[in-house]
Amino acid sequence: MSDVKKIATRESYGKTLVELGAKMPNLVVLDADLAGSTKTGEFQKVYPDRFFDCGIAEGNMMSIAAGLAAAGMVPFASSFAMFASGRAYEQIRNSIGYPRLNVKIGASHAGISVGEDGASHQCLEDLALMRMIPGMVVMCPADDTEARKAVKAAVEHDGPVYIRFGRSPVPVVFDEDYEFKIGKGSILREGKDVSIVANGLCVASALEAADMLAKDGIDAEVVNICTIKPLDDDLIVQTASKTGRVVTVEEHSIIGGLGGAVAECLSEKCPTKMYRIGVRDVFGESGPAGELLRRYMLDGEGVYDQVKAFIED
Amino acid sequence: MQNNYIRELEKTANQVRKNIITAVYYAKAGHPGGSLSAAEIFTYLYMKEMNVDPANPVDPDRDRFVLSKGHTCPGLYGVMAEKGYFDREELKTFRHVGTRLQGHPSMRLLPGIDMSTGSLGQGISCAVGMAVAGKVQKRDFRVYTLLGDGEIEEGQVWEASMFAGAKKLDNLCVIVDNNNLQIDGTLEEVNSPYPIDKKFEAFNFHVINVEDGHDFEQLAAAFAEARTIKGMPTAIICKTVKGKDVSFMENNAGWHGKAPNEEQYKIAMADLERIGEAL
Repeated sequence: MSDVKKIATRESYGKTLVELGAKMPNLVVLDADLAGSTKTGEFQKVYPDRFFDCGIAEGNMMSIAAGLAAAGMVPFASSFAMFASGRAYEQIRNSIGYPRLNVKIGASHAGISVGEDGASHQCLEDLALMRMIPGMVVMCPADDTEARKAVKAAVEHDGPVYIRFGRSPVPVVFDEDYEFKIGKGSILREGKDVSIVANGLCVASALEAADMLAKDGIDAEVVNICTIKPLDDDLIVQTASKTGRVVTVEEHSIIGGLGGAVAECLSEKCPTKMYRIGVRDVFGESGPAGELLRRYMLDGEGVYDQVKAFIED
Repeated sequence: MQNNYIRELEKTANQVRKNIITAVYYAKAGHPGGSLSAAEIFTYLYMKEMNVDPANPVDPDRDRFVLSKGHTCPGLYGVMAEKGYFDREELKTFRHVGTRLQGHPSMRLLPGIDMSTGSLGQGISCAVGMAVAGKVQKRDFRVYTLLGDGEIEEGQVWEASMFAGAKKLDNLCVIVDNNNLQIDGTLEEVNSPYPIDKKFEAFNFHVINVEDGHDFEQLAAAFAEARTIKGMPTAIICKTVKGKDVSFMENNAGWHGKAPNEEQYKIAMADLERIGEAL
């Protein structure tokens, strides 16, 4: 897929904040000394009076965002996913989640594709942590198009939202006319033998794997689930009923993220044989992003191998 | 005339204390000690200092109050009842199933609560966020937040203070209820945050020490001084007595988070009645 256009979703985030800043005088952006990396620095350049660098103090930043929202502003608070969701978990839970304040959390550098920085910075638990908080919308966009639409949808939604962005450039999957809705998934490829449900950069891997499976005569359906919460239960049940086999693919722990959410849905509504592809209850490690995705079997080939093994089992 | 208004505030503070004891007694749970120590602070803020109106609790120009030491909400509810946010009778529902008067304040349930608090150290950051909003919106409301002296052991308090000082938030007024007791004992026995004034000074606050946080004249002077400070936030450190005016609760860490039984309730109310009659 080397000829496909690739853009990191954090770039999409920064660009969209600038666009929204022009239309929304009540939009403010907070960062914790990572504005250059999370791309909120793009907003800072254009709207310095509505940008607040809180320094290296993520918990404080989240509670400040809560105060801003309580006073009628629409704050976006950003850091790496590790520190946004992990370090500041309790501030998000108590200052933002419990009072259901209109704070948007833009968390970049999620997953192992952070690369060389290694395990301390590769957050594989954020979706699970955020999904636990009542009322929190949790999204993990697949590409540039979806990321931009997700950020715009987040400001239309009144309430807390967590959006996960990646560091590494990822292939553009969606066309500009893609209709994005919070809580709605989409079928990217129809199939009848197995459903591959993916989000984030794993959507591109799932599509690549589906091409490879087709060559073996396996007709895979590929489902994109950007919104992990609220989950599109209807679509999950629909695809599971159709193919009878569901595989989830995510750059996250197999515990508590997309795999967990889909398993919860299906076990209650449509018990189906499942396999969860993701990081299997281990920490990450240093290395170039591409090599790590290969090593943790989250690239097209890795997904192909695991789906094949699951079907043949 | 001056004397008269102070006397009125003293009477209100006495009633707030009765409200605290009533709420905690009917709940069979709650935090009387640190509510009683801040009764004058709550009373001064709501009756004299802040621009708030129970008839319009969402006015965007109103002053804001964040009870960072959220567990002392019996004191906050106690003064809100006197201000007219709700009837005194509702205090008896405190901590009961279905109540608006949660064990720690909920802004979603009770109009007039500006922020849900309870997890220590977070309220001051929320107050900082409101102060930032005031600056961005170019509104002149002021933001007040009350912290416990044990609470300031939380690192987040100093993250928030560093930011408030650095951003010169002169619309922010931090109040510390320095009753010198926390759950496990005196502050020094646990983990001393002293000197408190020097710490806030180091974070670029204007600091006012109030020697007697139960003296309305001293409180009035401190809050008036805070209003004159430009270019930096203010911290008012009030020396107080935990459990103030209830004989057996005064300076006793055991009454941090415990409700009186019927006999103790009667003694407490009689103590407060006696003090009220002398006013």
